[in-house]
Amino acid sequence: MKLARDTWLVYQRQLLLMARSPVWIAVGLLQPLCYLLLFAPLLTSALAASGAHSTADAYRIYVPGLLSALALMGGLFTGFTLLGELHAGVIERSRVTPVSRVALLLGRALRETTALLIQSVLIAVLAIPFGLTVGLADLLLAMALLALMALMASSVSYGLALLVPTDAALGPVVNTIAQPLALLSGTLLPIALAPVWLRTAASWNPCYWAVEGMRALFSGHVDAPEVWRGLLLTALLAAVAVAWSARLFAQRIR
Amino acid sequence: MIVTKGLRKSFQPRRGAAAVDAVRGIDLNVAEGEIYGLLGPNGAGKTTTLRMLATLLAPDGGAATVAGADLRAAPGEVRRRIGYVAQGGGTTDQATAREELVLQARMYGVRKAEAVQRAEQGLAAFDLTEFGDRVCKTYSGGQRRRLDLALGVVHRPSVLFLDEPTVGLDPRSRSQVWGEVRRLREQGMTVLLTTHYLDEADALCDRIGIVDNGGIVTEGTPEELKQKISGDSVTIGLSDAGATTGAERALAELPCVQRLEALPGEDGLRLHVDSAATAIPQLLRTLAASGIEPEHVQLQRPSLDDVFLALTGRALVHSS
Ligand SMILES: Nc1ncnc2c1ncn2[C@@H]1O[C@H](COP(=O)(O)OP(=O)(O)O)[C@@H](O)[C@H]1O
Ligand SMILES: [Mg+2]
Repeated sequence: MKLARDTWLVYQRQLLLMARSPVWIAVGLLQPLCYLLLFAPLLTSALAASGAHSTADAYRIYVPGLLSALALMGGLFTGFTLLGELHAGVIERSRVTPVSRVALLLGRALRETTALLIQSVLIAVLAIPFGLTVGLADLLLAMALLALMALMASSVSYGLALLVPTDAALGPVVNTIAQPLALLSGTLLPIALAPVWLRTAASWNPCYWAVEGMRALFSGHVDAPEVWRGLLLTALLAAVAVAWSARLFAQRIR
Repeated sequence: MIVTKGLRKSFQPRRGAAAVDAVRGIDLNVAEGEIYGLLGPNGAGKTTTLRMLATLLAPDGGAATVAGADLRAAPGEVRRRIGYVAQGGGTTDQATAREELVLQARMYGVRKAEAVQRAEQGLAAFDLTEFGDRVCKTYSGGQRRRLDLALGVVHRPSVLFLDEPTVGLDPRSRSQVWGEVRRLREQGMTVLLTTHYLDEADALCDRIGIVDNGGIVTEGTPEELKQKISGDSVTIGLSDAGATTGAERALAELPCVQRLEALPGEDGLRLHVDSAATAIPQLLRTLAASGIEPEHVQLQRPSLDDVFLALTGRALVHSS
């Protein structure tokens, strides 16, 4: 009960701050538009090798990957917003109160998740004119999977920001994790195009299963094994990431 | 209200680097309704001590009871009973004072309607009503500091920790903050503050603990501390170098003079005496007997500066 109430408190404040930051909103809305409109001409020919024979086919492969990439990258880089709060003493001020430590993390990670879901819905809607059609149930499951990815990635990022609390140090750390993760998940290009050794490496990456799950859902294969594997693995990882990061929120603040 | 025994903390700046003993055994006993000041130079360990008492840092050793709750056994209880204002504050640029106060009260578990009311009271009490609905980014240093104080007490704690409450403020805001702290004490709050300003410790605190190098060197009321370095100092201005040498020879003999030295850069002497009240007549009589006419005589009561210098052998340097 207290956890839910405190999380709601932190979450509300985070949403308010997000709404007051017009730059964020502009970037958040323009970014998906750019991805969709600028990549569109490239898509059909580029994805022909993976069996895309029409623009609609290409979007079924590209859009779920794009959404996954936004969830993972957006999440992993959100730690930088925490640096500002750490610097201003906001976190320390919260930590002197009896407010739940898990709530300090969850409220923030859920803000990030909300932002991502808004972007995702926007992209899915914008892709309709290009012939993308997804069943409502499939779309809802896909959103749940995305939310778990965003929750996991942002929790990891907040944890990293607490461990390396300067801009200069956090940048390289996050990049080192984000680059191989995105490549080995096949977010922008399906891993099926890659040589065998790369595919083997990817199958050890839990995010790969999440991205494959997304693609299966966007193609209407809700019963494909990638779907439940992706959901289960991501839920598990998200739980571990939240627990790890919440522990740091309780201990590790200057 | 605050009792500590042998509180210790050391930091390991980097793996393999030598540990820094930030606090090496601090014993405190602060009574209810008292304003107690930890006075010491930068790096003395004041902030570390406060952060341990506010449950932000786990002590390496020692024990403490804050507002009746044990720091180690019941940190949650300590949190509910204390307020803490960090040196740099902790407000969000994009939020208004009213929003910050409501959030703060709610983080302490206060219900929404009650929190809104407390925010209103907090704004009024700290003279913030006028800009309560403007975002904090637009506040002056003094306004921001008053908001920090209002946030620190919105849940009506019985103990308040203030870390360098007036650092970087202009003189007017400074005395305003002193006024607020005194007002809180009148309402029965116990205040533990840190400062590296001697005049602040002198003007605001009932008792002072002088901190140097992670430990309390001495403590007492400002008056007691000044009496600890015994006696007063007297400056005598003289007309020329000859008179100065003559006076030095004549006055050095006097039993009431502990020590004397020539003033740097001008003709005259500085004397340390047990009590200026009884020494000055003797000094003047002796000078008259040697035919020396002083140009002026000045009495200096010892300041906390002198106390700090006498105890640590170093001046308390501060920027302002
Ligand atoms: N988190 C930390 N890591 C490493 N050293 C620290 C940390 N916090 C404080 N110190 C060191 O501990 C000493 C005491 O610092 P502090 O308590 O901030 O002093 P003060 O508040 O009196 O200026 C200083 O030498 C400081 O560099
Ligand atoms: Mg300090």
